[in-house]
Amino acid sequence: MSGGLKQARKALLDPAGIGECELERLMANLMTGRVDYADLYFQYSRHESWSLEEGRVKSGSHNIEQGVGVRAVSGEKTGFAYSDEIVMPALLEAATTARAIARQGGKASVPITWRGGGGLRLYESTDPLAGLADDAKVGLLERVEAEARAQDPRVKQVMANLAAVHEVILVARSDGVLTGDVRPLVRLNVTVIVEQNGRREQGTAGGGGRFAYRYFLDDDTALGYAREAVRQALVNLESIEAPAGTLQVVLGPGWPGILLHEAIGHGLEGDFNRKGTSAFAGRIGEQVASEQCTVVDDGTLPDRRGSLNVDDEGTPTQRTVLIEHGILKGYMQDTLNARLTKTAPTGNGRRESYAHLPMPRMTNTYMLAGQYDPAEIIASVEKGLYAVNFGGGQVDITSGKFVFSASEAYLIEKGKVTRPVKGATLIGSGPEVLTRVGMVGNDLKLDPGVGTCGKDGQSVPVGVGQPTLRIDGLTVGGTR
Amino acid sequence: MRTKDKKQKIEHRYLSSLSDLTSSERLTDLIDTVLTEAKRQGASSAEAGANLAQGLSLTVRLGELETVEHTRDKGLGITVYFGQRSGSASTTDFTPAALRDTVRAACTIARYTAEDACTGLADPDRLAKDIPDLDLHHPWNPKMETAIDLAQLCEDSARRLDSRISNSEGATLSTHEGLEVYGNTHGFLGTVAATRHSLSASIIAQDEKGMQRDYWYTVSRMSSGLEPPEAVGKQAAARALRRLGARKLSTRRCSVVYEAPVAASLLSHFVSAVSGGNLYRQASFLLNHIGKPVFADHVHIYEQPHLKAALGSAAFDGEGVATAPRDLVKDGVLEGYVLDSYSARKLKMQTTGNAGGVHNLTIEPGDRDLTGLLKQMDTGLLVTEFIGFGVNVVTGDYSRGAAGFWIENGEIQYPVEEITIAGNLKDMFRGLVAVGNDVDTRGNIRTGSILLDNMAVAGS
Repeated sequence: MSGGLKQARKALLDPAGIGECELERLMANLMTGRVDYADLYFQYSRHESWSLEEGRVKSGSHNIEQGVGVRAVSGEKTGFAYSDEIVMPALLEAATTARAIARQGGKASVPITWRGGGGLRLYESTDPLAGLADDAKVGLLERVEAEARAQDPRVKQVMANLAAVHEVILVARSDGVLTGDVRPLVRLNVTVIVEQNGRREQGTAGGGGRFAYRYFLDDDTALGYAREAVRQALVNLESIEAPAGTLQVVLGPGWPGILLHEAIGHGLEGDFNRKGTSAFAGRIGEQVASEQCTVVDDGTLPDRRGSLNVDDEGTPTQRTVLIEHGILKGYMQDTLNARLTKTAPTGNGRRESYAHLPMPRMTNTYMLAGQYDPAEIIASVEKGLYAVNFGGGQVDITSGKFVFSASEAYLIEKGKVTRPVKGATLIGSGPEVLTRVGMVGNDLKLDPGVGTCGKDGQSVPVGVGQPTLRIDGLTVGGTR
Repeated sequence: MRTKDKKQKIEHRYLSSLSDLTSSERLTDLIDTVLTEAKRQGASSAEAGANLAQGLSLTVRLGELETVEHTRDKGLGITVYFGQRSGSASTTDFTPAALRDTVRAACTIARYTAEDACTGLADPDRLAKDIPDLDLHHPWNPKMETAIDLAQLCEDSARRLDSRISNSEGATLSTHEGLEVYGNTHGFLGTVAATRHSLSASIIAQDEKGMQRDYWYTVSRMSSGLEPPEAVGKQAAARALRRLGARKLSTRRCSVVYEAPVAASLLSHFVSAVSGGNLYRQASFLLNHIGKPVFADHVHIYEQPHLKAALGSAAFDGEGVATAPRDLVKDGVLEGYVLDSYSARKLKMQTTGNAGGVHNLTIEPGDRDLTGLLKQMDTGLLVTEFIGFGVNVVTGDYSRGAAGFWIENGEIQYPVEEITIAGNLKDMFRGLVAVGNDVDTRGNIRTGSILLDNMAVAGS
């Protein structure tokens, strides 16, 4: 039994007196009728958040959630119910509700032999909330604030937030897979507002991942976020109007990889492709990007925000090649869509909580490094935009149109980075944009651990990354 | 209480009895228990909210039932004050031990947070005394077959409309019932029972150039307030069809009409800019604008918290403060902010009863419908969908992805996509040309279509 499963059983099943016999009884209750597949998702999570503004930690919160999601699948039909009480009568009732989707009759249920589902050891299974004393959490935020203020007298406001989640999950499936995972997640964020001659601008920085709070204390990491937020805000004080129209755009490495998440990532999720609602549906084997582009979704990177030992259906995560040298290679699958399209699950079945249904979701999505020096890429642009930092993005997977909004960008004039410009939204077409990649840098970088992806109202932590990229024609939504 | 958007859970024994007295008494008892426990653990004051909710959501796709989701949620959150220090905690477990632990977690946090002169409960004289019945609670328990039939009828109507309707993301019927109780140690206790039912369809049209998706929905506190399923389906399909063959525009400056369903976003940016939290943090382009013109002179924006059966109605806010109808903008001049007690104290003002947000914020409609507004614009862009966010409330800088239609002679010429529209909200609000009378009442912000001039459109 893996360490994750052992801890998960102790936290989720033992207190309720639920053992393998009880799980089997629940599964027998679910698998009556024409149910092809069923699963139980047990979850316990503790979340804390500490916020500083005006130099003081004025508020903090602590939340506990636990429950079980019960799903029964019959063909393309899914029945779902959940309970926030982990006790047998409530679980049996939820099972009866969930299985009502399937017609009666059909096969009798067969005995289940429980087995481990495998999985990785990508992160420590410790509780991050308990890893640092509360006064040290407050002290950390105060040092971040002081560091930001010390950078420049134009800093008027500093807001910082420190948050952690300790989550334990256990998945029991009708095919006998019984697996667990203990998932730490921490995050620190800093926003500053600067003012000069009546003009105010803001800058934001932060990071995190699946580890303990001490990550922020090591190597000055937290103070680095403070300096970075101030730097960005001061750059924005000097910004002029952004250009409007279609330009050559150079994207910096790391977080600008949100391009990949929006332009192609969502469009390659298995549900949209099974249903034929994605602009990428039926295009496996076709060229959808320049030959320089290889893009992967990789849930197996140690400590990353988007990584998982097993996904929320108990499937071990993996590195899935989405695009190889420009050719579309594969989609990201959960168990439902993999079964219906007769492909293999890829460890991308994720859910926000036990109260939500799993869907195909990204983990860490990034483009592999190319051959060009980033300086060479910028030098190759006569007139264009150099965008190094972004806010959010969004995509319409059916038309393929996507946006992502730059929060720090500069003009490129005659091969040189010149003036900063105001934030602007960039818009393009997912199936086309990567075909216009002219140069791929040799400087692959992953984001600092800040991404949250929303789909059908469910949020999950994700990662992105890329090297410096030159796109030969992307619409820049400025005003000039 | 700050439990915004937090999914919360429900106990089984309440499933069939949310609207009866037992549920409400049980929640009231819980509030009483945790407030007493907070006092026992040394808090000088405290406030707590608890809720129960249940619902059903089902989706029919391509004529077949696809998913059925049963939801039942419950939750309790508490904020404790030790003098001017505070801490918060929440739980979904209502057992006595869990409640005690939750109170203790909040008290522990309060030991480490700093003194803050502005923190604390709302002032007692602002708490709601008479709580009017706003007609928000109309439970609907359709039989599963009936619910499936309604969703099927909706999707079928969409799919039958035109041969170019090639696919569907389905039609979804949802019904939700919730009960919330809020109390504080000033002795306030308020209960709200509310329902919300909706039917939506998301439909895909296809021609040789590609696919386009659009959707439509109806939502109401009562099932009888929903649009007929056929109308919802047809509207979703018609909206997808009219987008087929969309092209890019060249980069230009032009007038823009925001169709009513997307016009609400403009007012939500306004609400964000006049919200206490952004004002005291100096994170708003409308800082220090009370008494100054912020919209065109003809604009009147007001709150109607007591509208019967409306989606944004509330007799009291998240701190128990009585709500009241009021003007935010009169003759284009900013008359009031959107404040809770904390931000009001920070700004040396009075709370406006907006802990948790605005209540049926309304911009006074003009006398033209959408067709009339397009005629008034003559030439320009009709935006029917935005994509992405791209709004900076600190500076007012605005740049969003858009799709819609190019208009000439007041009439639709062709669909457009993959463009952005940009400007600064300060100029956009001041230059607001007209508001339509085609008011969309499906949300907490009520507006007709809005005409703006001189926006930057970026395309090819």
